[in-house]
Amino acid sequence: MQQPGDRIFAASAKGAGILILVVLAGVAAFLVIQAIPALVANPADLPGGRNIAVYVAPFIFGTVISSAIALIIATPLAIAVALFITHYAPRRLAQGLGYLIDLLAAVPSIVYGLWGLAVLAPAMLGLSTWLNTYLGWIPLFAGPVSVTGRTMLVVGVTLAVMILPIITAVSREVFLQTPKLHEEAALALGATRWEMIRMSVLPFGRSGIISGAMLGLGRALGETMAVAIILSGSSIITFNLISSGNPSSIAANIALNFPDSTGLAVNTLIASGLVLFVITLLVNSLARYIINRRREFSGAN
Amino acid sequence: MTIDTERAQQEKVEPPTGPVSLVRAELPRWAPYGILVGSLVVVGVLLAVTGGFSIGLFVFLSAVLFGLVTYLISRLVEGARKATDRLVTIVVTVAFLIALIPLISVVITVVTNGVARFDSAFFTESMRGVGGANDLAGGGYHAIMGTLIITALAAVMSIPVGVLTAVYLVEYGSKSRLARAVTFFVDVMTGIPSIVAGLFAFALFALFFGPSIRLGFAGSVALSVLMIPVVVRSTEEMLKIVPNELREAAFALGTPKWRTILKIVIPTSIAGIASGITLAIARVIGETAPLLIAVGITTGVNFNPFANRMATLPVFAYYSYAAPGVPREPYLDRAWTAALVLIIIVLVLNLVARLVARVFAPKTR
Repeated sequence: MQQPGDRIFAASAKGAGILILVVLAGVAAFLVIQAIPALVANPADLPGGRNIAVYVAPFIFGTVISSAIALIIATPLAIAVALFITHYAPRRLAQGLGYLIDLLAAVPSIVYGLWGLAVLAPAMLGLSTWLNTYLGWIPLFAGPVSVTGRTMLVVGVTLAVMILPIITAVSREVFLQTPKLHEEAALALGATRWEMIRMSVLPFGRSGIISGAMLGLGRALGETMAVAIILSGSSIITFNLISSGNPSSIAANIALNFPDSTGLAVNTLIASGLVLFVITLLVNSLARYIINRRREFSGAN
Repeated sequence: MTIDTERAQQEKVEPPTGPVSLVRAELPRWAPYGILVGSLVVVGVLLAVTGGFSIGLFVFLSAVLFGLVTYLISRLVEGARKATDRLVTIVVTVAFLIALIPLISVVITVVTNGVARFDSAFFTESMRGVGGANDLAGGGYHAIMGTLIITALAAVMSIPVGVLTAVYLVEYGSKSRLARAVTFFVDVMTGIPSIVAGLFAFALFALFFGPSIRLGFAGSVALSVLMIPVVVRSTEEMLKIVPNELREAAFALGTPKWRTILKIVIPTSIAGIASGITLAIARVIGETAPLLIAVGITTGVNFNPFANRMATLPVFAYYSYAAPGVPREPYLDRAWTAALVLIIIVLVLNLVARLVARVFAPKTR
């Protein structure tokens, strides 16, 4: 027997769940509706006067390459930090140190942008010059070195700082779930701490690391303000990371141009936002899929 | 010949001099510290002699030397396995210290640059009429109010939806297909780029009010899209750890399910839920991109989120920095102060969340 209060409460709870699905569908629907004018328009009317794909391509390239740099830097560092917090730091300090790393995630992205431009860009000039002098034969560091430091490399490092806490948090979580018996068995057989980690913790946490890295990638792909502030974006596709004139990312391009755009230009920007939405949706779904599949195996919840 | 074998046998029987060691030699406990000090000194002297001293290079080379020397000495004395273990310990510790550098650097930079305009004028004046001769005045009052109003509106919309959804997932949905779909899409929503949320809010309102619409409320909608999944996730975790015995005890007394949830389940987990909501607010209060798109910027105070543009702290900081007036310095100072205020708000919210979770946690013996 159900009371009326019961029915009302159950219905509103269910309604809230359905509302979320509607909102997500709405996000996709409204973006598509507003993007259509740009997709069907005469290419000559679009910004740049070319096809929409030609317009978006450099920004996709910029998005991917900045996120790739961030991921390459942040993933090993995050694994090491997570290991430090879970297995190396004194037990009493561990939780506090975890909070410290979480604070990195709490800093607003606009602050990272200002910091990246004011502190990191000048600080990395030396490194960029060194890379150009000794590794200049690699196309990535071909130069000429940008004197302002507003380069793709600086953006990548800033993004790495921003996604580090995400990857760390996920890895930390799975490292803590490693069965104690596995760890103790390894130690009892005479393994050193590193051998224990390599034999029991890392294999157990591998899928967690992968999904954490992909969640970090999702954040890096969509990061807006840090890129918009640091990079003086162009629309040239180049692998050269340390000179001026790197392509901006999709999100940064929207933020830079949206406030002053009207008419078809707005629709074009929304279309590029739709592309970003689809990319991040795919990356995040894949990450969640990996996490969920693992959860069933491990029996940890 | 015979004498030789006898002698050899005698030698074999003879007990070994001194005790047999079953463990390998170990480095003394102070060895790592000694090597660390040694590498710091050596690198410092070398750099001072060559004249190329810089703090970054000094720390970097010292760390490399420290790792190398520890590995070599340990390998000679303790063997390869122990040496690798020591090397990994150093690498992991150094990685953690590297991760702390940006946090410390960000805080120092923002505080030193922001403290110049961290005065009463910043908290009481807007930017209306600022420029030219009286450029040193002006502040972020309008932006602070805008941020508070827009975030509060977003919270008012997100908290009921988020908490109810979590209740549905834990108490009603269990394994239904709808519940699984909601869980999956909430996870996916966590990853929506903030600028896409801004574009969504703009697209929604532009459909009804035309493409030049900029509203405080549109910003709240965008922030809600970002906030709801965080609230759902944290509330769900908290509801899950409420012991089933409590629910069963209430049912056994004939309490209807909705009263059980409202009177037993939620009060038990309220500390965790409140802490999760605070963290969710901290996450969206610093968002720039969606507000840049959907709300825009203005110089005056606007308390009405349902009409016209509003200023918000992050967007105010962005425009002060990216498009300063002439002279530049007062604008840059205001941008840094806005960043400082933002960081303080976010850190305080984080601290409050931790305190709430710890102080009001249900007592478990």
